[in-house]
Amino acid sequence: MSDEKPDLVDVQIDGEWHQFPKGTRMIEACREAGVEVPHYCYHPKLSSPGNCRMCLVEMGMPPRPRPGDDPPEPDEDGHLPISWMPRPVIACANTVAPNMGIKTDGELTETCREGVMELLLANHPLDCPICDQAGECTLQEFSVEHGKGESNFREQKVKKPKNVDVGPRVRLDDERCIMCSRCIRFTDEIADDPVLGFTDRGSHTTLAVYPGKELANNYSLNTVDICPVGALTSNDFRFQMRVWFMKEVNTIDVNCATGANITVYQREGQIYRITPRQNNDVNSDWMPDSHRLNFHWIHGDDRLTDPLVKDGDSHRIATWQEALATTADKLAGIEGSEMAVIASARMTNEELLMVNRLVKHLDAGHVDTVPRDGESDDYLISADHNPNTNGVKLLLGLDKPGSQLDAIKKGINEGRIKALLCLQENLVEDGGFDAETLGKLDFFLTSYPLANPTADASDVVLPGACWAEKTGTMVNVTGRLQRLNRVVDGPGQTLEPWEIVRDLIQATGGGNGIYSALDIFKQLTEEVSKFADLTWGKIGDLGVPLIETGETIPLIEREKERIAQGIIVG
Amino acid sequence: MAIVVKRPKLKWYEHLYLPALAKGLRVTMGHFFKLLSGKTKVTMQYPEEKWDANLPEYYRGAPALVTDEQQRERCVACQLCEFICPPRAITIKPEEIPSEDKWAKVEKRPKTFDINMIRCIYCGLCEEVCPEQAIYLRKDYAITGTSREEMIHDKEKLYEIGGVREGLVNKWNELK
Repeated sequence: MSDEKPDLVDVQIDGEWHQFPKGTRMIEACREAGVEVPHYCYHPKLSSPGNCRMCLVEMGMPPRPRPGDDPPEPDEDGHLPISWMPRPVIACANTVAPNMGIKTDGELTETCREGVMELLLANHPLDCPICDQAGECTLQEFSVEHGKGESNFREQKVKKPKNVDVGPRVRLDDERCIMCSRCIRFTDEIADDPVLGFTDRGSHTTLAVYPGKELANNYSLNTVDICPVGALTSNDFRFQMRVWFMKEVNTIDVNCATGANITVYQREGQIYRITPRQNNDVNSDWMPDSHRLNFHWIHGDDRLTDPLVKDGDSHRIATWQEALATTADKLAGIEGSEMAVIASARMTNEELLMVNRLVKHLDAGHVDTVPRDGESDDYLISADHNPNTNGVKLLLGLDKPGSQLDAIKKGINEGRIKALLCLQENLVEDGGFDAETLGKLDFFLTSYPLANPTADASDVVLPGACWAEKTGTMVNVTGRLQRLNRVVDGPGQTLEPWEIVRDLIQATGGGNGIYSALDIFKQLTEEVSKFADLTWGKIGDLGVPLIETGETIPLIEREKERIAQGIIVG
Repeated sequence: MAIVVKRPKLKWYEHLYLPALAKGLRVTMGHFFKLLSGKTKVTMQYPEEKWDANLPEYYRGAPALVTDEQQRERCVACQLCEFICPPRAITIKPEEIPSEDKWAKVEKRPKTFDINMIRCIYCGLCEEVCPEQAIYLRKDYAITGTSREEMIHDKEKLYEIGGVREGLVNKWNELK
C-alpha cells in the first residue's frame, strides 16, 4: 500500500458535494454518498455492459464557454456551476469527473425508471406465487419503489421456454429473465465455462445453454445468487421454503481451508440453504456448489443424538453423567504415556485450546489430528480440506499434523497405547485406522456428529455438535481468523465439542469455570500471544489477519488483477 | 373544543324515580306476558333448529380450499396464508407438480396443507391475502372433534369443505 493520496475529484450528488478518487464509477460514488441507484445488470465483480438501463441518472458538467466568452465563475467553495445534460446517462459504466453533478431524485430520473420498469414488466409473467425469488426479487422491489403501478401494454405477453433444465443444479425460466446477462458474464469471466448466451435477439431474446453442453461447473449455483429475478433457480432449494420465513446467520464454510464466508438460512431448526457472503479477502461473492450443498447430512437419520456406552457387543443409550463416569473409571487405571488423543482440524480454536488442556491434564503421550489433503481447484477450494489446520498448528503445537498417526497405529498394535480418545474425527473412514487395530485398545472413546464404523468400534460414543451447531473461531489458509457461528441447535443430547472436552477434563478430576465458547476465546487471548488484544467484536463478520502463511486464494488473486486493470470495480 | 353537556332539569316528581321505574316495568311485563301467551318466540332449539339459512353473505366460518371448474386445485403453495395467519394455524409443505401431470405448467402445489382448527380465529386474512383465490372462509362454524388430531384439517378435508368454486379469475388458462 502506498501512502500517496489518490487523485480526488469533487462531485455533486443530489445537491451535496463529495470527494471521490478519479475513476470511481458514478453508481459506486452514489452508493458511498448513501444514495442507492437501482440497477440490474451492474455487478461490482463483473464487467459492466450497461444493458439494463435501470441506473439512468441526470448528469451535468460545468458549462464550456464559447471562444471569447468569460469562463464560469467558481463559488466561494471553488465549485463551478453545473449545466445539466438534457439526456440521462447510465451510472454503472461512467466514471466521475471533476466538478460533475449527479441528480438521482429529479423528475427526469424518475420518469426514466418508470419507463424502464414498465418495459421490463411488459413481458414478465405473474409467477410470483410460485417463484422462489419472490421476497428477495429486485424486480419486485424496484417495481414497488420506482414502478408506475400500471401498464400500457395490452397485447399478449411473449411466450418463452419455462422450467428448462440447464444443468444438474440449476433450473431456468426464460419468461422471468430480464436479460441482464449477469449469469452469462459470470460463467465467462469468473467460472471460465462460457456455456450461456442469448439467442433469438429481439423481442424473443432467450437465455440458453450452448447446444450439447450444460451449466455443470462447480460454481454454477452462483448464477442463481446473482440473478436479480427468479429466472435461474436452484434445484436443491426449489420450492423448499419461502425466503421470508427463514432467519439468516453469518458464518463460515468448513469444507476446506479457504473458509468461505457464508450465510445460512434456517427456519425452526431446519437449514434450507447456504449462500456466499461477500468478503473480498476470502471468497469475493462466490462459493463452490459442492460446499454449498454439503449440509443435508446435518438433518440426516444417522446423527448421533445420545451418549452411548458399549455393553457387551452392542451399544446402549446412557446419560452424559454415566458416559463420563465410565470414561473416568477406565482412564483411571491407564498411565498417561499409554494414552493417545486424536483431535480434529475441523475443531475451532476454542475447542483445540480445550484439547490442549485435556492432553496436559491427562499427560497423554501422543496427540495428533487427521489431515485431509486434496487438490485445489484453482478457484476457491483449497488443497487442504480441513478448515482449521492453522489453528491446530498454533494451539496443539503440531508442525506437521498427521505425521504421528502411523506411530499411534503402531503403538496400539504393539500394545504400548492402551487408551485412545478420538475427538470429532472419523478414524476408520478418514484416518486410515481399521476396526481390528481399534479393537486392541483397552478403552476407545469417540465424539462425532454421525454414526459410523469408528463409533461402532468405540467403548463410549459421545454425540458432538457439527459445524452448524457450534460457536468458535478458525484460522483459514491465508492465516485469517474468522468466526464460526451457531445456526441451529444440535439434535437430542448433542453437546458442542468444547463442552465435551471440558466435561472430560472435569470428570477426570480437572478444573472448570468455563460456561461459553466466548469464555474460552477470552482465555485464548490471554494465554496465546498471537491472539493477544483480540476480542470477539474485533474479529467481526469478515475476520482479521492473524498470521502470515504465504498462501493465497487463486480466485482472489485474479480478481485483484482485474480490479487493477479497471475491468471490474471489485 | 370541549362540549358542554347540559343536564336536564328534573321536576320534583321526576326526582323520585318512581315514574321511570314504573315505565320500565311496564315494558318488561309486556314482554313477559307476550312470551307467556306464546305471541313471541326467542329461544332457538339448537342444534335441532339452526339459523344457517339466515347467515349473512359475509359470514366467516371455517377456512377451506377450493377447486375450479376444471377440477384444478387452485392453491399453488405460495405460503402467504401461512405467513399472514395471526395464530399460525396453517402449515404448508409445497411440492413440484410432476411433468406428466395435466397441470404441470403450474409447477407448484401443496404436498400437505394443514389448518389447525383449535388455533384458527376465523379472521379471514388467509382469504384476503391469497393471490390465487384458492382459500375461502365457508359458512361451517360447528367444527368439533374428539381429539386434537381430528381438529387439524388436512388437504383432503379442506377440499371437502371447500368444494368447487366457479367464475374466479383463471390466470393458468390455455394462453399461459
